[in-house]
Amino acid sequence: MKIMLMTNEVLILAEHLNGKLADITFELTGKAKQLASTFGGKAVAVLLGSGAKSLAETIGADSVLYVDDPALASFNPEAYGRVLTALIKERSPRLVMLGNTSMGMDLGSGLSVTTGLPFIAYVNGLAAEGGALVATSQIYGGKIQAEAVPDGEACLVSCLAGAFPGEAGRGAASVEQIAPPVALGDLKVKFVKLIEPQGGDVDITQQPILVSIGRGIGGPENIELAQELAEALGCAVSASRPITDAGWLPKTRQVGKSGLTVKPKVYLAFGISGAPEHLEGMRGAETIIAVNTDPKAPIFDMAHYGATCDMLDLLPALTEKVKSG
Amino acid sequence: MNIVVLIKQVPNLTDELDINSAGTDLDHDALQYVLNEWDEHALEEAVLAKEAAGGAVTVIGVDTTGELDGALHTALAKGADKAAKITGDYPRGADSHTQARLLADAIKGLSPDVVMTGVQAADDRDGQIGPMIAAHLDLPYVGVVTGVEVKGGQAFVRKEYAGGLMAEFEVALPVVIGVQAAHQPPRYAPVSKIRQMAKTAKIDEIAGGEAAGSGSTVRRMFKPESASHAEMWEGSPEEVAEKIAALIAEKGLLKRDA
Repeated sequence: MKIMLMTNEVLILAEHLNGKLADITFELTGKAKQLASTFGGKAVAVLLGSGAKSLAETIGADSVLYVDDPALASFNPEAYGRVLTALIKERSPRLVMLGNTSMGMDLGSGLSVTTGLPFIAYVNGLAAEGGALVATSQIYGGKIQAEAVPDGEACLVSCLAGAFPGEAGRGAASVEQIAPPVALGDLKVKFVKLIEPQGGDVDITQQPILVSIGRGIGGPENIELAQELAEALGCAVSASRPITDAGWLPKTRQVGKSGLTVKPKVYLAFGISGAPEHLEGMRGAETIIAVNTDPKAPIFDMAHYGATCDMLDLLPALTEKVKSG
Repeated sequence: MNIVVLIKQVPNLTDELDINSAGTDLDHDALQYVLNEWDEHALEEAVLAKEAAGGAVTVIGVDTTGELDGALHTALAKGADKAAKITGDYPRGADSHTQARLLADAIKGLSPDVVMTGVQAADDRDGQIGPMIAAHLDLPYVGVVTGVEVKGGQAFVRKEYAGGLMAEFEVALPVVIGVQAAHQPPRYAPVSKIRQMAKTAKIDEIAGGEAAGSGSTVRRMFKPESASHAEMWEGSPEEVAEKIAALIAEKGLLKRDA
């Protein structure tokens, strides 16, 4: 599809859940303002909600378009997709920025089909070079960067959380409230309820030290080695996704994008390769020590200290050291 | 219930990933391919849904490697009922837009009630396949899903957000679901059963159309030069343990310091 009257507008999707704007909203807004000024256009944040105008007022975009409807009270991929498709077709923005988040991943590539615009995902770098957009994606589990240019001038991108600073995106903007540009009465997807994380287990966000384990632990029979170290240190065991997916530890112990964000004083990453989804949840730790037999594991780029010995030998040795002082 | 699972192979990320001489793509010929790990979960969730509610599971993928049969045989051994592959002149690791178009065309005729696929793949730079399929077929999509229950013409799905928060949605069938994790770990198939499938199973072959193209052009591919790298500690596990313990002690975090 040809976009006939393309503008220099940069559109971003504001994300909110449980009455709170997500950080990605500000990160996208800050970057959008910078790019929009290069293009000679405006950065416009789009917020979809119901009775959520006050949230829209805290986004530091050039302007905020607030679409209000009861069907938009909580995130609904079908409703969001319809509204955004209509807005993109109507406004013909130069660039549409989404988060590469649980919400953005439901929308971006579908919008590429419904609007005919190219879509570039996993973006952690965006630049305008002589007016042309260059988007850098982090792919293959964080091992490769791919720098791409869209065919044509307009494009959709989804940006990784934390790729851009959020400060420049905070502030206030004039909010224009509109009704949905399309009917939302016949949705096939119905939001039922939000489910809060289950409590009762150890709170891994409150630990001074975390013994965090990944695939390198080998099997459930070795979890005990990590538990023993955690006990000696007076802290808790956390894990990367594969361990909780396998049911070896409860979901409440998962660190990362869909798990919890932790900021302990010391984060011991044992047998964790460092997929981007994991790094997102622990990069705020004060000191990160990584142990992985693969010297090229991405975790070493984030860790302060590292070693490539076998974690299964290290765990009991460290427990012993800690116990004996 | 008719469940279709979309799968694809991706480079094995534990291997060294080399970049081609033009610096614009991986050197695909040097790579080993494995099934996308999220597709493993999609297959598991599909087989679990079939076991709970009845029906049949069809597994289908675009054969960009010439080696998709192995993945399809494994899927059959794990409980899928039918397997199909789309063949044509496609580059290894063809882009998502191309694969989504081919898959959407192929599954239209299968009248699926539920389409499941991995929520993402390591190589889907131009986007995830699930939402594209849904848009092509004008079906609803919910992704980042960790649990699916189908009853009475509805799918009840749980979607994950950050921080352990989840949402439940009720979706009228047919639906496309992007699976983050099956509600049980993916099962293993005995090698003997995979071999048996390789000997006896029939894989339907569908001739695919033209490649759609990704809509963007990679002009440079490179390995990230990280701003920093860990200070590496050499030595035996005992020596490394000594250093870790010393660092923890230095921060006043050893239990006896408390």
